[in-house]
Amino acid sequence: MLFYLFAGTAVLGALLVVTQKNPVYSVLALIGSFFGLSGLYVLLEAPFVAVVQIIIYAGAIMVLFLFTVMLLNVPREDAAEWDRTHPLYRPMAVRIGGGLALLLALELGWALWRTAGLGGGVADEHPAVSSVAELGRVLFTDYMFAFEVTSILIIVAMVGAVILAKKREE
Amino acid sequence: MADIIAWVTSPAFIAYASIVGVVFMGLQISAAVMVYAERKVAAFMQQRLGPTRVGPKGLLQPVADIVKLLFKEELRPKAADAFLFTLAPIISVATAYLAFAPVPFGAPTTFFGLLDEPMALQVSDVNVAVLVIFAASSMGVYGIVLAGWASNSKYSLLGGLRSSAQMISYELAFGMSLATVVMVAGSMSLREIVDDQQGYWFGFIPQWYIFLQPIAFFVFACAGIAETNRAPFDFPEAEQELVAGYHTEYSSMRFAMFFMAEYINMVTVSAVAVNLFLGGWHGPFIPPEYGWIWFLIKLAFLLFCYLWLRWTLPRFRYDQLMSFGWKVLLPLATVNLLLTAAGVLYFGL
Repeated sequence: MLFYLFAGTAVLGALLVVTQKNPVYSVLALIGSFFGLSGLYVLLEAPFVAVVQIIIYAGAIMVLFLFTVMLLNVPREDAAEWDRTHPLYRPMAVRIGGGLALLLALELGWALWRTAGLGGGVADEHPAVSSVAELGRVLFTDYMFAFEVTSILIIVAMVGAVILAKKREE
Repeated sequence: MADIIAWVTSPAFIAYASIVGVVFMGLQISAAVMVYAERKVAAFMQQRLGPTRVGPKGLLQPVADIVKLLFKEELRPKAADAFLFTLAPIISVATAYLAFAPVPFGAPTTFFGLLDEPMALQVSDVNVAVLVIFAASSMGVYGIVLAGWASNSKYSLLGGLRSSAQMISYELAFGMSLATVVMVAGSMSLREIVDDQQGYWFGFIPQWYIFLQPIAFFVFACAGIAETNRAPFDFPEAEQELVAGYHTEYSSMRFAMFFMAEYINMVTVSAVAVNLFLGGWHGPFIPPEYGWIWFLIKLAFLLFCYLWLRWTLPRFRYDQLMSFGWKVLLPLATVNLLLTAAGVLYFGL
C-alpha cells in the first residue's frame, strides 16, 4: 500500500520533470520524486540511506540546481520555437531516447526473468545492511575500490569545474 | 471497528496523541512568546521599556500581534508566481515542525502510573534522528529560495540567493560538528546521546559533551545561528540593504508563517544543542521523572543567548561571512572531527 504511494510519487515526479514548461517547476518535481524514492528506502528498512538521499540529493544538489536555474533565468521552453531553430534535435532525441528506453525494458525483462518471482532472490544473497556502523564497514572493506573510484571521479569533476570557471590569464 | 475504537481510546494512544499535540502547540506558543521576549530583551538592552500597553506589562502583545496579522489583507505582486508564492511559506513552516519531530524533551515517563509502560517524551524516536534534523533543516532552504524567486522582486531574489549561499556554506560545518558528537556517543539517536551524558566527573562536573567537545559546540552554535538566519548572520533579511529580504513582498498570515518558521527553527536548534551538548534533561536537584523542567531551563537559556547575541553584535559584512564559514569554521570542524576520530579509535574516548 505504502509502496504504491511512494512509487507513485517518484514516477509522477519524474514525469512532471519532463513535462513541465517552467524549469523551476521541473526542479521542484525532481525533489518530489526524490522524496518518493526516499520513502521506498524507508520501506526497505534502510532509514540511513533514505535520510542521506534527502540530505544529499534533495537538500544539497537540488539547491544548486535551483540556484543555477534561477540565476541564469532560463526562459520557459517553447516547443514550436525550439523546433524551428533546431530542426535536427527532435528526431535525434526521439531515436536516442527510444533506443535507451528499449534497452531499459530489455534489462528489466531480463532481471525479472532471472529472479523468477518478484522480490525473492535478491534479498537473500545480500543480507540487509541497516545499521550505520555496518554500512560503513562494508563500504570501506568490500566496496573499497568502488568507493575510491567514486571519490576520484568527484575530485576530477571539481577540478574541471574550477578550471572552467577560472578566468583566462591573457 | 471495535478494535480501532479500543486502540484509539487506549491510554497509550491518548498519551501519544497528547505528546504530539503538546509539541505542536508548544512550538506555536513558543514562537509567540519569543516575539514578546525579543522585544522585551531588546528594550532592556537599549534601556527602553518595550511593549507595555496591551495587558499587564505588555504580556498580551503577542495576542494583539497575531490578531492583527490574521486580519490583514493578503497582498501578492501581480508578476509573482501564484503557486510557488503560496507554497514557499508552507514549506518553511512544515520543515520547521518536521525538524522537531525526533527531538526528545524528557526522560521516559509513565505519567504518574497511568500507563503500563513508560513512554518516551518525543514525537518519534528515529535511530537516525541527528540526520533527520539535518535533512529537515536543509529542506528549509527551499522555503526561503522559492519565496525570493516567486515574489519576482529584486530585493526578494537577492535575499533568497544570499540565504541559499549562506545555508550551503554553513551546512557543512554544521554537519561536521554533528558528526563529531555522533562519533563520541556512538549513536545517532538523540535519546541515546542524551543518556550517554549522565553522571559526573570527579563528583561535580556533569558529563556533558560541551566539556568534552567545546570546539564542536562553538561550531554548532555559529552554524546554528547562521542556519536560522539570525543576527549576526541575518543576511537574507538585512533591512538596510534588502528592505526585508526574501519576505519583502509578503503580508498578513503568509508573512507570519515565515516568522513562525524562524522562531520554531530557533527553538529546534536550541533544543538539539541542549540534547547534544548540555546533557538534555539530566541535571542535579530535580528527580529524573521531572527532567523536562531541566530541559526547559536549558532551552530558555539558549534562546536568551540568541536574543543576547542579536542585540550585542552588529551584522558581518557578506565577504566576512563567507570567509568565516569556509576558512575558519569548516577547517576547525574538520580538524576537530579528525582529532575526535583518532581519540575514539586509539583511546576509546
